[in-house]
Amino acid sequence: MKGKAHKFGDNVDTDMIIPARWLVTTDPAEMAAHAFEDVQPGWPETVVEGDILVAGNNFGCGSSREHAPIALKAAGIACVIAASFARIFYRNSFNIGLPVLESAEASGDIGAGDVVEIDASTGAITNHTKGRSYQSKPLPPFMRELVSAGGLLAYLAKTRK
Amino acid sequence: MGMTITQKILAAHCGRDEVEAGEDAVEPGEIVMCDVDLALGNDITAPIAIEEFRKAGGTRVWDPAKVALVPDHFAPNKDVRSAEQCKFMREFAREQDVGYYWEQSEMGIEHVLLPEEGCIAPGELVIGADSHTCTYGALGAFSTGVGSTDLAGVLLSGQIWLRVPETIQLVYRGERRRWVSGKDLILYTIGRIGVDGARYMAMEFTGPAIDALEMSDRFTMSNMAIEAGGKNGIFHVDDKTRAYLDAIPLDRELRVFESDADAAYARTVEFDVGEIEPQVALPFSPGNVRGVSEITKEVPIDQTVIGSCTNGRIEDLRVAAEVMKGKHIAKWTRCIILPGSHHVYRQALNEGLLGVFLDAGAAISAPTCGPCIGGHMGVLAEGERCVSTTNRNFVGRMGHPKSEVYLASPATAAASAIAGKVCGPDEVV
Repeated sequence: MKGKAHKFGDNVDTDMIIPARWLVTTDPAEMAAHAFEDVQPGWPETVVEGDILVAGNNFGCGSSREHAPIALKAAGIACVIAASFARIFYRNSFNIGLPVLESAEASGDIGAGDVVEIDASTGAITNHTKGRSYQSKPLPPFMRELVSAGGLLAYLAKTRK
Repeated sequence: MGMTITQKILAAHCGRDEVEAGEDAVEPGEIVMCDVDLALGNDITAPIAIEEFRKAGGTRVWDPAKVALVPDHFAPNKDVRSAEQCKFMREFAREQDVGYYWEQSEMGIEHVLLPEEGCIAPGELVIGADSHTCTYGALGAFSTGVGSTDLAGVLLSGQIWLRVPETIQLVYRGERRRWVSGKDLILYTIGRIGVDGARYMAMEFTGPAIDALEMSDRFTMSNMAIEAGGKNGIFHVDDKTRAYLDAIPLDRELRVFESDADAAYARTVEFDVGEIEPQVALPFSPGNVRGVSEITKEVPIDQTVIGSCTNGRIEDLRVAAEVMKGKHIAKWTRCIILPGSHHVYRQALNEGLLGVFLDAGAAISAPTCGPCIGGHMGVLAEGERCVSTTNRNFVGRMGHPKSEVYLASPATAAASAIAGKVCGPDEVV
């Protein structure tokens, strides 16, 4: 995965990612059209498929709406890097297949527009613009099992039989 | 090493059967597969969960008796699209014959309604596709919010994987001042530890000042654990919990767990509640908290909202009525009262509280999450300010991105409605 970085700060809440008034749909494309609507109108048009979102601490805090990671993924975001994540957003991202990586170093160092490459299997992050690389926090073995099974529901289908 | 109440409930739900004998510990950081006692969804989270459930080949939920589906976020339906979502969930509830579903005059906001209906007992494990599912920790249950796909997983299997959380122990001592409620304590706590101060952790509320709190105040505090990043917010069972459950009544045996004296805590924070005055969280974060006397510049307001899953219980309406009785809401200010459930609505009617609110010039709504999420029943226009007893004041939370929400207790919100500005109850009563 390789794309340009979209930079956000600390405590980005899920109301910012998608305001509640748009929770009247299960269509990912429609959710994507309203991503960050209240704080950065027009943001979805700035995203090129494969771009990376880079944020500070506690990304995705607030509501449990799965619409938030769905909207980002459908907008074209390939991966979210943050110094830390709120727990429900973190779970939801795994469940819908949006890779999320935790790295305070990458979060602090990557600037808006930097070209960033991710190796999701190792968690290695390369900043081509600055010529630096960072290592994200490794996933617990159980989470890796979930990913390799193809997500939560595929994992359950496999383990319940 | 002993276990906290949260560890014990998780241990008891992942096949560690000897937990009550002090054995079979689970450790913080461990990932465990737990049996779920109650699974919850609402009209905005259940539709995605139902689609995922079907995509994964689901035909029957694992145990219909343990499923609650509550139309409350955009219900009573705010428009055609929300009506379609409610209908989709209702049809699933009907097809699956789920144990808990309410409509029309029997409805309520999920986190007020479910405890009143006896859906949750101490020691149980509740998973809800709603972040404020943490509310039920007030009953000594483990209860946490998840997203729609996790809910779909529970509907399929009756189980969920959970990381055993570290616990942050919050100890409250001293005597509360007049008007200081559970809402003030939790706002003060979030202000102190920050909006990620308990991220991934269990918040265990304890101490003599907690023993003195009524159940409604405990529900309010558990409800906002998520606003500090908490996984759950939990209280120990005492005489007040038992009296609350006796009045329902609950038809099953209680499994009461307690933290061991040698349980390990990631951190302990102590509070002298005597030092806490009525609190207000200023825009745009529940952690941006001030004592009401510290707000020295006048903040004129356009609206107040009293109710919600945080503060929509009868005790909340009683204190609001106490402040508003015999007075009228300030000119050019609106006030919306939201009883949290049909039980609360009827009780407020029987106690004469609705008359007090009507005389004061307030509007009384059917139970709904509407205004809290800028959905309907009180959406804010550009530049408008609202004092609200809800739980979040993020940018655009209650309407226009340039509107502002000030979070406070029912007493402070009622006083602010009367004064037409942000102020504490002492200024009005």
